[in-house]
Amino acid sequence: MNAVVADRFAEDFARLRGNLPGIYVPWLQALREEAFSEFMDKGFPSTRQEDWKYTNVAPIENSRFAFAAAPAEVCTDLGCVGTQALPGARLLVFVDGRCAPELSRVGRLPAGITVTSLSATLERQPDRLRGALAAPRGGYASGFAALNTAFLADGAYVHLAAGADLEEPLHLLFVAASRNVAAHVRNIVVAEAGSRIRIVEHHATVEGGAYLSNVSTTLRIERSAAVEHHKLQDESAQAFHIASVQADLGEAARFASSSFAFGAALSRTAIDVGLNAEGAECSLDGLYLIDGRQHADHHTRIEHAQPRCRSRELYKGVLDGASRAVFNGRVVVRPGAQQSDAQQTNRNLLLSDQAEADAKPQLEIWADDVKCGHGATVGQLDPDQIFYLRARGVDDETARSMLVYGFAAEVVERIPVPVLRQRIGRLLRTRLPRGGGAMQ
Amino acid sequence: MLEIKDLYAGIEDQPILRGIDLKVNAGEVHAVMGPNGSGKSTLAQVLAGRDNYRITGGEVRFQGRDLLALSPEERAREGIFLAFQYPVEIPGVANIYLLKAAINAQRKHRGLPDLDAVDFLALVREKLAFMGMDEALLYRPVNQGFSGGEKKRNEVLQMALLEPRLAILDETDSGLDIDALKVVADGIRSMRDPQRAIVMVTHYQRLLDYVVPDFVHVLSQGRIVRSGGPELALELERRGYGWVDPGRDERIGATP
Repeated sequence: MNAVVADRFAEDFARLRGNLPGIYVPWLQALREEAFSEFMDKGFPSTRQEDWKYTNVAPIENSRFAFAAAPAEVCTDLGCVGTQALPGARLLVFVDGRCAPELSRVGRLPAGITVTSLSATLERQPDRLRGALAAPRGGYASGFAALNTAFLADGAYVHLAAGADLEEPLHLLFVAASRNVAAHVRNIVVAEAGSRIRIVEHHATVEGGAYLSNVSTTLRIERSAAVEHHKLQDESAQAFHIASVQADLGEAARFASSSFAFGAALSRTAIDVGLNAEGAECSLDGLYLIDGRQHADHHTRIEHAQPRCRSRELYKGVLDGASRAVFNGRVVVRPGAQQSDAQQTNRNLLLSDQAEADAKPQLEIWADDVKCGHGATVGQLDPDQIFYLRARGVDDETARSMLVYGFAAEVVERIPVPVLRQRIGRLLRTRLPRGGGAMQ
Repeated sequence: MLEIKDLYAGIEDQPILRGIDLKVNAGEVHAVMGPNGSGKSTLAQVLAGRDNYRITGGEVRFQGRDLLALSPEERAREGIFLAFQYPVEIPGVANIYLLKAAINAQRKHRGLPDLDAVDFLALVREKLAFMGMDEALLYRPVNQGFSGGEKKRNEVLQMALLEPRLAILDETDSGLDIDALKVVADGIRSMRDPQRAIVMVTHYQRLLDYVVPDFVHVLSQGRIVRSGGPELALELERRGYGWVDPGRDERIGATP
């Protein structure tokens, strides 16, 4: 980090640290201070680091984003909230990273379930969060992660007591309403034994323009609990989106993750799943659909730490214009994690000569009785398929559109939440020429 | 309806069709036969507008228009239908979407409104039943996981729905067992119509037992070397292609 940028952040931090939720909580202030000093040491990731080789974040470093210290003067009629809200879902809305209770509709929750904002919890019951907020043992994964803790202010806090079951999907809607703002969002999900929940983490914009979303979501999924986490990144075309999702699974726990990256000039989503007890299972699906000069990076890491765990991963990407996608899928099977079963697939469809996909599957296996496979492809539309459709009277553009839709549909059809599946299907169609052909 | 004059076509510098002349009138059924590599499939694909063939000479007129100037989709909308020798699998696109897109593209071209969902489904169901196909095939991705027989039936189903003016069937009989052959042949026979022409490209006599053509043409090394009535197919069956194709060792091209 150059001195000018460092000074800027130091100023911001000095100005804001007395103004964040939970300032009277000593451990929290210490946590922020430590995180900030780690950020100052680490700086922003550089392309010299293997993990960031293909993703240059200099545009973020060189932009000046103001941190919204206090909840914005939220207008209660943010038109977009109504249109973005998923029908039938419980809704918790954040504007520029700060919770907007007046726009939210969580409703009465069944016993044993807490859905609230991190800021409110930090003010009222900070100690509930102490464990979840503790700094990672090996240090923060990147400067962004450290920054996220240093400026920790808000996000969603979801807690399910043992056996609790939230029937309706929980829609966490993050709306960017102001330009040039940085939102450092932290979501914490704790699902105790046997509980179930389906969460949609949705990032959208009303104003457009450049801003930074720096989001971290951690999920603790205890014995036999089942958690779905579906992330829809539909930020403005000039936005920067840096996200991490970390899931820690207990015995026979299940985690279904999906990540849809449609927006942002630059997005990076790191998903890190620890299958930390016997019989845990996860599925990771993803779809990135980018055009122009968009850059979408997914780094996933699945750790089979214990025997008899299962992981499935399917990531697909459609790249047009001069866009660039990075998929790095790492699967680690620890010594002793026998009978691990891991499958990973990454398929990229390039619609233009200037688009580029960097696919890097990585299997790291330290046990001998395992079933692991992976495959990655980068290809183009098949001229035989195009001709077949055209020979049926479908024009060239619609034919291409149908084929792209068909390619992406495999991931969309797997979304287990029907309202989200419809929403994403619609988003996909609006992004295709001719609305995906006849694909209605 | 269709008039091919001295047509030359090939892939890159490799000539495949070397002076085809063929005239097909409404109401007629023609069979184009020939050994592997004689150019049968190339002829079918060139008529449908496949762009990896280079046309190097001759002309094709369809209902008085210059066919070669039209894009594949324009040809389809004008009423040309090619049943593919190898129907293409299209993952993620349900069969029913393709059928709907195809029918509505054709209707739009004719200035008709889109078929509403109820009428469309009724029409599709009627044709499905006739082809002995399971309705579940409508909701499966186009041709994906279909058996060889299901793929060919699916081609004939599309033809039956689109009611083309000129149907070109490229080895629609190949790879079928006898029961499937009968169903497919019935489907083709039902399309016989005074307003419609049918061109069946085939290697064997088999299909012609069920759909008796008015004319049979034998293609060899990119030319029609013999034309006649249905008896020509029988004679071919008896005497083999060596009879009309003495120089077949220097074969040209390959069936794509």
